[in-house]
Amino acid sequence: MGLRDRLLGWPVYRQLTGTDPLGRGAAARSPRSAALTPRTEDADRVARSVCPYCAVGCGQRVFVTDGQVTQIEGDPDSPISRGRLCPKGTASRSLITSPLRQTTVRYRRPYGTEWEDLDLDTALDMIADRVLAAREQTWEDVDAEGRPLNRTLGIASLGGATLDNEENYLIKKLFTAMGALQIENQARI
Amino acid sequence: MANADVIVIQGSNMAEAHPVGFQWVMEAKRRGAKVFHIDPRFTRTSAVADAYLPIRAGTDIALLGAVVNYILSNELDFREYVLAYTNAATIVSDDFVDAEDADGIFSGFDPATASYVQDSWQYAGHERDSGSGLTAGERETAAGLRHESHGAPVAHQVRRDETLQHPRCVYQILKRHFARYTPEMVERVCGVPREKFLELARAWTQNSGRERTGCLIYSVGWTQHTVGVQYIRTGAIIQLLLGNMGRPGGGVLALRGHASIQGSTDIPTLFNLLPGYLPMPHHARHPDFDAWVDSIRHPGQKGFWGDARAYAASLLKAYWGDAATEENDFCYGHLPRLTGDHGTYQQVLNMIDGKVKGYFLLGQNPAVGSAHGRAQRLGMANLDWLVVRDLFMIESATFWQRGPEVATGEIVPQECATEVFFLPAASHVEKEGTFTQTQRLLQWREKAVDPPGDARSELWFFYHLGRRLRQKLAGSTLPRDRALLDLTWDYPTHGRHDEPDAEAVLREINGYDTTTGRPLSAFTEARDDGTTAVGCWIYTGVYADGVNQAARRRPGHEQDWVAAEWGWAWPANRRLLYNRASADPQGRPWSERKRYVWWDADLGRWTGHDVPDFELTKPPSYRPPEGATGPAALAGDDPFVMQADGKGWLYAPSGVLDGPLPTHYEPAESPVRNPLYGQQANPTRKMYDHPVNSTNPSPPQQHDQVFPYVFTVSRLTEHHTAGGMSRTVAPLAELQPEMFVEVSPELAELVGLTHLGWAHLISARAAIEARVLVTDRLVPLSVDGRVIHQVWLPYHFGFEGLVTGDSANDLFGITLDPNVLIQESKIGTCDVRPGRRPTGVALGELVQDYRTRAGIVPGVLPPAVTPGVPVEPSGSTGDAEGNR
Repeated sequence: MGLRDRLLGWPVYRQLTGTDPLGRGAAARSPRSAALTPRTEDADRVARSVCPYCAVGCGQRVFVTDGQVTQIEGDPDSPISRGRLCPKGTASRSLITSPLRQTTVRYRRPYGTEWEDLDLDTALDMIADRVLAAREQTWEDVDAEGRPLNRTLGIASLGGATLDNEENYLIKKLFTAMGALQIENQARI
Repeated sequence: MANADVIVIQGSNMAEAHPVGFQWVMEAKRRGAKVFHIDPRFTRTSAVADAYLPIRAGTDIALLGAVVNYILSNELDFREYVLAYTNAATIVSDDFVDAEDADGIFSGFDPATASYVQDSWQYAGHERDSGSGLTAGERETAAGLRHESHGAPVAHQVRRDETLQHPRCVYQILKRHFARYTPEMVERVCGVPREKFLELARAWTQNSGRERTGCLIYSVGWTQHTVGVQYIRTGAIIQLLLGNMGRPGGGVLALRGHASIQGSTDIPTLFNLLPGYLPMPHHARHPDFDAWVDSIRHPGQKGFWGDARAYAASLLKAYWGDAATEENDFCYGHLPRLTGDHGTYQQVLNMIDGKVKGYFLLGQNPAVGSAHGRAQRLGMANLDWLVVRDLFMIESATFWQRGPEVATGEIVPQECATEVFFLPAASHVEKEGTFTQTQRLLQWREKAVDPPGDARSELWFFYHLGRRLRQKLAGSTLPRDRALLDLTWDYPTHGRHDEPDAEAVLREINGYDTTTGRPLSAFTEARDDGTTAVGCWIYTGVYADGVNQAARRRPGHEQDWVAAEWGWAWPANRRLLYNRASADPQGRPWSERKRYVWWDADLGRWTGHDVPDFELTKPPSYRPPEGATGPAALAGDDPFVMQADGKGWLYAPSGVLDGPLPTHYEPAESPVRNPLYGQQANPTRKMYDHPVNSTNPSPPQQHDQVFPYVFTVSRLTEHHTAGGMSRTVAPLAELQPEMFVEVSPELAELVGLTHLGWAHLISARAAIEARVLVTDRLVPLSVDGRVIHQVWLPYHFGFEGLVTGDSANDLFGITLDPNVLIQESKIGTCDVRPGRRPTGVALGELVQDYRTRAGIVPGVLPPAVTPGVPVEPSGSTGDAEGNR
């Protein structure tokens, strides 16, 4: 290795003589850092998504490796956000991988003091039974003058505004068909 | 927004709450726009604005009304636009009495129901057309929300005075109504120095007109008030007078706060609406399909709402498929009926009273996020069962175990019967579907990964719940089960969890031809004979040609600035509503600089940068024939095509329940006597006289100084709403780890608070504690010769998550806007004391002590009409079902 190569291998020399006087770019490179690649580079796939927080609708690129989300970045193609994300949008990978996330059904029986485990299928079945029972107990066919009511006031629902349009559509359709009209959303609040 | 020449931000801290959207404000500023920020607190938005105006919370109408007055007294309105495109020239009934002449109450007020009969508000000659009766019923069902996509009914054969000199024309009424809203009054009411106000008024008017446009931006700092709708009305009046509606760089931009909160209103999970702003039927007003449809389309009126029968029939066809026929009114009888207020706050009070059996929470955390947290938690503790679907163990799932009422002994786990199911939900990257963002733009999200463990999408949960309900009811002969059994509920599924196909649901939302299955391209293709099924008519076109238009992602840099090929905006992929107004009455751009949509005489059609918001081949010179109705009745220069008269409304003869013109009322809780009227607060505000609810006394009531300070709440950049998506996320929790209260140095001195020490705040509902941040971001305001102190709190904290703290929303009572039933949770009164709050039983005793000193009796609320204000009974009878 000649003197010139050795000098060029010395970051301070590159910093003083090159185009990076602050030593934050090319001057600070080492063979190791030069060989590093971003974890987005070897992603198996990239999903085009939208930030789940406020309503600006910033574009997100969701990088997936081995079935795991490895990174979420702003989508530079979006004419709305032009690649930017705020602190919340930037943290959305931590949102979905948070160790606090619940991934199993939990059940608290009446007068219970602790949570218990419950199978998802059983839970769904129990909920269906309770819906039908509440409907039966509180069903109103007609009002005092005989005009149709077709409803139950025994069931209520309050949804957040991170629900998809398709989800809201099915929610409203099903509740309406079961006669439950006390259906509300963050949009009221 | 980047095309604006002036931007006024009020009721919003856009830089911190919508940071990425704020880049467009900064872009406009770089291009020379002046930016104004008006807010009770100096924020990062204020820091980069050209001017900041501190304002007393709850007084925005006084300030905006003064801008209207400034425009009118100096004749600075964009006269050609105002004459042609607004109702300024229309003559109003002789019977109308302005609130200015009656101490704050308009004509037609009925004290028994605290609501208006709107006959006297109508245009001259149409006094009997209002059809309003008493409007208490409309208040109960939040009927104002229906007008999100279309105007309220009004007659269109009206008398006009093109000179605007007639004493009863809208222009002159407006001028008289706001004459007392002077810069001096702004100083007195809002605490804004008059020079500051004049700087705003000058910049706004100088940067509007033929060559220039101004943009107005608000968010929930405007909506969460007992006069929230009227705040926005005042802003809209200014923007109409200045010719800023329907034009590039203009408009009134509502910054909504959640990823798909616009979508949650369009395809509503709201009690009073069906998709596309069709009303839920009312048991008395809508006895049959025809009555229901006619209440929407108002036969004989102008505009696109005239085709409502097709939208309504097509929705029922989408719901009930083959069972829905013309002969059986498309199963109209299956729809449940409203009898009054079934909104979320009424529901919670009913829970406390034991009337509700089961409650679903779908990604929502009312124990922290709704007003009066204690009422929310007590309600949930009195259910048979509760289903919580969320990513995290939120406060609304654990109130029975760890809530503040467990500490005070009000909820005892061993005595609390509520059965709780916690079902983990899928995150936004674990399912596919569309969000509708704040500018009505639908964007499709691709799925990245499968949800973990038992986590599932709401689509999965509701599809399979519905399937199971239908299985359990199979063979039932009960009439009430028909609606479930007849339902079209056969979506294709895929994957190991049988996830329903979201695109199939989107296709149904878009609508299709029921014989060929062809997806519709536009809502004008919807039919009322059962040959089309449409899940949400305003979304028709999102699946045009069988293509998911919401998934389009042509990069912004490959498109012009309108970027029409990114996602899909309702209606008809139109990016700017009412854009016909960007051209003059003859169809020419108002100016080269503000060219947007115009009439091309050679081609015989409208053209421009956007999808024209007008019938494409209707020329500017078109005049409707005698007796025309619906779209055909719109003239070639009627740009507001969803309005019943095609005009922008400076004056609202109907559709708004608390007055045809905005009027300054004090908030339900205020330390200040209304300086403008004897009437203190909105006389039509929605109140609940339930023992759990209370209102702190305001002048002229006694004991109004028990709660002497004003508090307001809003967001931090690092947290999101009730904290379920941010206090659980480590990087965000680290950035904002603790509940705090911002106070001015003057108040800190007065009360004895030290920076980084503790304070507690007390209202009639709760006492909460917070760390003290002494900052000159808040300044004491001089109001009507008094000093008013305001404090600010973030509302994100609760008792679960990585970082915890008391909930600011616990301080609020429940009082709502009469038009849309949104709660007043941007302002309340409180006391502020140094140190931490007491715990356990002593906490309840402290709050009770304050209630006693304030003379508050459970369930007894202050009168709607301030004592001493004279009210003539309306003499009208109507369905006075309002239970206040």
